[in-house]
Amino acid sequence: MTLWLLLLIPLVGAACIFVTKASIAKWIALGVSSFVLVVSILMAVQFDQWGTSQTGLVSHVAWLSQLGVTLDVGVDSVALLLVLLTTLLTPLCVWGSFTAITSRRKEYYAWLLILETAMLGVFSAQDLILFYVSFELTLVPMFFLIAIYGGKNRAHASVKFFIYTFTGSLFTLAGFVYVAWQYQVSQYGVWSFAIHDLAQFASTSLSYSEQCWILLAMLAGFAVKIPVFPVHTWLPLAHTEAPTAGSVILAGVLLKLGTFGVYRFVLPMVPEALVAYAPAIAVLAIIGILYAALICWVQDDIKKLVAYSSISHLGFCVLGLVALNPIALEGAVLYMINHGLSTGALFFLIGMMYERYHTRDMNSIGGLAKKMPVWSFFMVFFVLASVGLPGLNGFISEFMCLMGTFIATADASQWPGVLGPEYAAIAAIGMVLAAMYLLIMVGKVVFGKLKEPNQDGALSSLPTDLSPREIGILVPLAALCIWIGVQPTVLTDAMRGSVEEVLAPYPRLVQQEQEAPSTPIVLEKEDQHG
Amino acid sequence: MADRLWFLIPELILLVGAITCAIGGLVNTAAIRRGVGFIACAFLAVACISIPFVYTTEHLATADTLLPNIGKYVKFFAALIGILLVMTSGGLMDRKYEHAIAKGKATFSALRTSGGEYHALLLLSIAGVMLICEARDLIWLFLALELVSLPTYVMVAISRWSKVAQEAAMKYFFLGAVSAALMLYGFALLYGATGTFVFTEMVDVFAAQRAEGGISVFGQIGLLLAIFGLCYKIAAAPMHLYAPDVYQGASAAVTAFLAFIPKTAGMLAIIMLCTLVGWDENGLPPAIEMALWVVAVLTMLLGNIGALLQTSAQRMLGYSSIAHSGYMLIGVIAGPPLGIVAVLVYLVIYGATNTSAFATLACLSRDGDRVDSLEDISGLHKRSPLAATSLAVSCGSLLGIPPLFGFWGKLLLFAAGIAAGQLLLVLIAVVASAISAWYYLRLIGLSLLSSTTPRSEGVSVTLRWPLIAAVLSAIIAIGGPLVLTSLMADAEQAVVMPEE
Repeated sequence: MTLWLLLLIPLVGAACIFVTKASIAKWIALGVSSFVLVVSILMAVQFDQWGTSQTGLVSHVAWLSQLGVTLDVGVDSVALLLVLLTTLLTPLCVWGSFTAITSRRKEYYAWLLILETAMLGVFSAQDLILFYVSFELTLVPMFFLIAIYGGKNRAHASVKFFIYTFTGSLFTLAGFVYVAWQYQVSQYGVWSFAIHDLAQFASTSLSYSEQCWILLAMLAGFAVKIPVFPVHTWLPLAHTEAPTAGSVILAGVLLKLGTFGVYRFVLPMVPEALVAYAPAIAVLAIIGILYAALICWVQDDIKKLVAYSSISHLGFCVLGLVALNPIALEGAVLYMINHGLSTGALFFLIGMMYERYHTRDMNSIGGLAKKMPVWSFFMVFFVLASVGLPGLNGFISEFMCLMGTFIATADASQWPGVLGPEYAAIAAIGMVLAAMYLLIMVGKVVFGKLKEPNQDGALSSLPTDLSPREIGILVPLAALCIWIGVQPTVLTDAMRGSVEEVLAPYPRLVQQEQEAPSTPIVLEKEDQHG
Repeated sequence: MADRLWFLIPELILLVGAITCAIGGLVNTAAIRRGVGFIACAFLAVACISIPFVYTTEHLATADTLLPNIGKYVKFFAALIGILLVMTSGGLMDRKYEHAIAKGKATFSALRTSGGEYHALLLLSIAGVMLICEARDLIWLFLALELVSLPTYVMVAISRWSKVAQEAAMKYFFLGAVSAALMLYGFALLYGATGTFVFTEMVDVFAAQRAEGGISVFGQIGLLLAIFGLCYKIAAAPMHLYAPDVYQGASAAVTAFLAFIPKTAGMLAIIMLCTLVGWDENGLPPAIEMALWVVAVLTMLLGNIGALLQTSAQRMLGYSSIAHSGYMLIGVIAGPPLGIVAVLVYLVIYGATNTSAFATLACLSRDGDRVDSLEDISGLHKRSPLAATSLAVSCGSLLGIPPLFGFWGKLLLFAAGIAAGQLLLVLIAVVASAISAWYYLRLIGLSLLSSTTPRSEGVSVTLRWPLIAAVLSAIIAIGGPLVLTSLMADAEQAVVMPEE
């Protein structure tokens, strides 16, 4: 029952905010989200299934029995890590919005809390429909956060964000229902949407061409969310226009819904199709890595730069997901968490700067180390974490993803894959580019001659450098970056069981693929015949 | 005969209600005249309450209709949403005139009021929907369908004192007459093909024909013509062309009515006609299925694309309700049990949420004039947060954003479609839903997010009852999923065929 507790507390908090005064809304939101954080940490301590593949904290709630839809929740170790990431980032986002949000405050904090419920619902759903409902429900609060509190171009950004994701995931829903229907046929008319049952059924009983179509349907939803090139175009706009907390949540958690979807559904449900199409997905991921990195290089807007860097970074994560060996997959899951921490922090930092200077243009601002040493320290720190400095978190996960891709050759002894050194080598260029564009940005903004835009004086209610509140937001993130950087094994060990369970069928399938490759051309022929 | 009358108790209650309303509207006492709406609501409520007592197992055992249980479900929800519809038209009729009488500027003259007639017609039309459920032959079905339609022609005309409304009423009436003729011709051919009007006998004849290799050409053409005629009632392409004009020309409350009651009637009639030939393992007979398929696709696409281009809120919602007919046809093509259950559930969900959207428009006015253009609702959240939120919630539900009620309706239809092997149709519906996101988001954005424009400065909530109806149905849109399981169970029970 505890997981439902976790899901319901933010909703109750949101309801409370609606009936109270606007001035205390932020305190309620902070209290509720901190409470959720504490509960989730307690749950993580209680969780017995660390390191195993089992699902814990399960609770069954029957619902639409005619269609087999339930409200079952439960988490495995990977999902629980992402739950913790969510419950950590939400109070920080609430705290970080104390000075930035001045109008329509009640709605703002209520939407943040509803968003938290939706995100937690995605990670803890054990039923496809519950997953889908939560997945879509994240759109609504985010739509309003961008559309009400965003920048100049907010209307366009919010609509584009909504329509891209909504359209993509409708196809995913159709794919899910198809799987459920096939399951129902095999079960003589009993519907079920339980993720575990359907994954097992789909991976063993569906034909190759069916799996390919379902892979396509699922990617339609998840690739938009991640985002993978070429469906990434909503992201820079949405990130740039969103308020700080919106960007943090978007980058920190919402993008991970896509990669989590791949982990949770694509990998277990359609193994045969994935083995055939992994190279194609990897190529798209690599294009995304390089293309977005090059775009970052020419950005003047710092926030846009970090937004594009997310596309580039998530490319590594996707690469890790389709390399089909435990090193890469652990790296990918770790990447989800690390990216949430470091990019989230970068968006916080940019927001703090923006609150003081009302600009994000690299050319009109510079040398802030002299004016804001504390801010500059954190900026350099998180940029280095993002670039992948050994000793900080980003390095580990990026290295694991690339390493896993490198060894994912067909002749690897234990975990043969369909990628190989060439994929890793090209993707690694992205690391070099990331170092370049991020360090150039740091060089311009933090170091060099002090350059400040003309100030009206009206906006200096904030101290020149960071306030204790703002430092308080950044310190936990920085501490986690160091901790994961130094002791990644704690996390990788914790997720090992789940990861290996997901990958279990792959070595055999890869070998089959090597012996008798099933190409997409065969698929089309099969389809024409029926 | 007495048994058959027993099932008409809800209709008879509404008939008494219609007479009471018609008389009540002509009474000299202003309080009674103004209370006509309450009288209508009361009769609808009584009809609702009577249904569990009418549809008892022992009485159902004597029923001789094709789908004896469907009445329980349809009548209950038609009456329930009917109450919302009456509330939506609260304050619509005779408002200025009654105001003038109250101030002593005018004296009461029975010829100048139409509140009583309006409510009487509204009740009669709902009674028509109920009668369809009890239809046991084609003649009954035709008469019931006309009982649904005829009052609506008048309602469109008297809803507003403007030429546009008169034109809409004329258009609606003439095209309605054409469609009725088409349908009647179809019925005649069906008689020719089967030699009987009675449904239960027709089912046997068709089953025999199917066993011998297929339904006779007469039967197929008859069914197709009848279905095309009914497409007018549900505003499905290619018979939808009247809908935008009529839906825009009538006042918002009447449009809410048109978008639900005749549509329910048409859907029920289509379901009944399809039940005559039945769904085998390949679905409906190929010609019928093909026709419905094309109609569904055209309706979904034309409705949604048409809505994208509109600048009038009422016209936009009109196009949106065209599109929803297309979604529902997926369920008809899929067939029982899941498909028909999905249609019945969807009708209720759509009825509640669509009423909410129109009720929001009905409660607003701009300097005494009605609200029509999209610009009028811009910045609505500043004038009335309640109205803006209801509009946004109902649009979200119509779009199918989970976890709102509308999503579950769509999920059921999609599941039914996929389970019937109609993958392409469902994919088209998915694309159509994605298109619809544009204009629903526009409505949501305008009402909740935009700032007021000079034109929308004068917009305010002037009518109380439509606002209450909007809020109530918005609450249904949010809280509805909680009762979805039992709603679906009721719908499943409704499509149970009697055992031979």
